[in-house]
Amino acid sequence: MTARAPTVATITASQRWRVLGIIAPLVLIGAQTFGFMTSPPDRDMGDLQKIMYVHVPAAWNAFIAYFIVFVASLRYLFTKDERHDLLAASAAEAGAVLTALTLMLGSIWGRPTWGVWWTWDARLTSTAVLLMIFVGYLALRAFTDDPDRRARWSAAVGIFGALNVPIVYMSVRWWRTLHQVQSSPSTVDPAYAWGLRLNAIAVLLLLSYFIARRYQIALMERRLEHWRDEVALTPGGEPVHA
Amino acid sequence: MSAAWTRVSAVAAKDLTAERRAKANIVAVTSLGALTLLVFGFAIGPDVATLRTAAAGILWLSVLFSGVLVFHRSYQIELDGGALETLLLYPGERWEIFAGKLLANLCVVLLVEAIVIPVALVLYHVTVPDTWPSLLAVIVLGTLGFVTLGTFYAAMASRTRSKEVLLPLLLFPMLVPVLLAATEGSAALLSGDPMGDAGAWLRLLVVFDVIFLLAALFVFEHIIEA
Repeated sequence: MTARAPTVATITASQRWRVLGIIAPLVLIGAQTFGFMTSPPDRDMGDLQKIMYVHVPAAWNAFIAYFIVFVASLRYLFTKDERHDLLAASAAEAGAVLTALTLMLGSIWGRPTWGVWWTWDARLTSTAVLLMIFVGYLALRAFTDDPDRRARWSAAVGIFGALNVPIVYMSVRWWRTLHQVQSSPSTVDPAYAWGLRLNAIAVLLLLSYFIARRYQIALMERRLEHWRDEVALTPGGEPVHA
Repeated sequence: MSAAWTRVSAVAAKDLTAERRAKANIVAVTSLGALTLLVFGFAIGPDVATLRTAAAGILWLSVLFSGVLVFHRSYQIELDGGALETLLLYPGERWEIFAGKLLANLCVVLLVEAIVIPVALVLYHVTVPDTWPSLLAVIVLGTLGFVTLGTFYAAMASRTRSKEVLLPLLLFPMLVPVLLAATEGSAALLSGDPMGDAGAWLRLLVVFDVIFLLAALFVFEHIIEA
């Protein structure tokens, strides 16, 4: 049940992810350019359709991020290995950013298309609720000082939040629905499909980089906390091993 | 099973006794519920038709706002007296403590509702429909879902910094299905259920309650270790 401290090896291993920090933005620029060049203006929406190349990949990847939170939280509760907790926290932060981006872009797109900034439709509303659930998750982490408690509690909140996503969605869908069928390569015209796929991959790379980078920082912060504990508990103030 | 039930009822009886002896708290919570109904009435205006349409939603919001205070107190009285550690030292499973607190909170919130609902009926000009047993089922199931998550999240939130803001922040987004199902179900039944959709909302409440009751009983031992 004792929490395992991250080692130097796990931190150095994650340095390999640094190369993603160069590749991911390049792929994103390429995929956006490809999407803009190859897609004709939409019959109804015109060039407004281009917003899909960020909005839809951001939404998909936000769900991937929350899935990681769910799995990492479960694994933490079973193993009590704090690396799973740090991974869940990193994925929750990146997921919250992508969800906020999805909502904002959707709003910008909705104003000219539907004539309103916001509509109480199932997908919009449940995405907003999802964002609030994970804002709560991050707030709980920020307000809990004890790392062991923080890990156990946020794992519980992460699991409960993920369990609730389908129920929230179903309940709001019964309540009312207006959103068009969500865009995927099978529902959009072939002229848009590849642009969408490429951008989804680009955002996935970006998400992986954000999570990996945030995870790496979290590992270092935890290592510093462990080191401080050791210094505090050692007579004479010298750590046994730094 | 009977040993478990003894422990569950012992925890519930302890919490209810504490609640009964500090009568001021439950009176204050109930008054806040009634006050919420009153100020929402001011916000909406005196038009009878508008008040009737909004009644179900506002009633549930007032229950939510006042109920949140009940959950805090459930753990605050343990923390103030340093009683939580002692409670955890007693033999028995952690989930029994949760079930006991859940039962006590359920009684308290239902008691608050028993006073707040008649107030809502009067203030919002609502007449009790013939389908009142279904309405009662919506109220009890909605309350059970609310209290389950409230008792669970308060176990964490009441032991953090800025707990006052954290509990509603964690709890209210999670309660969206309960709020929707309870509000829509009550509103449908109050208008005589013309579309026959109250049954669907009742089923949603049952599903929600079962999932989160089981999840809370399983996960509680991970969040309560002192």
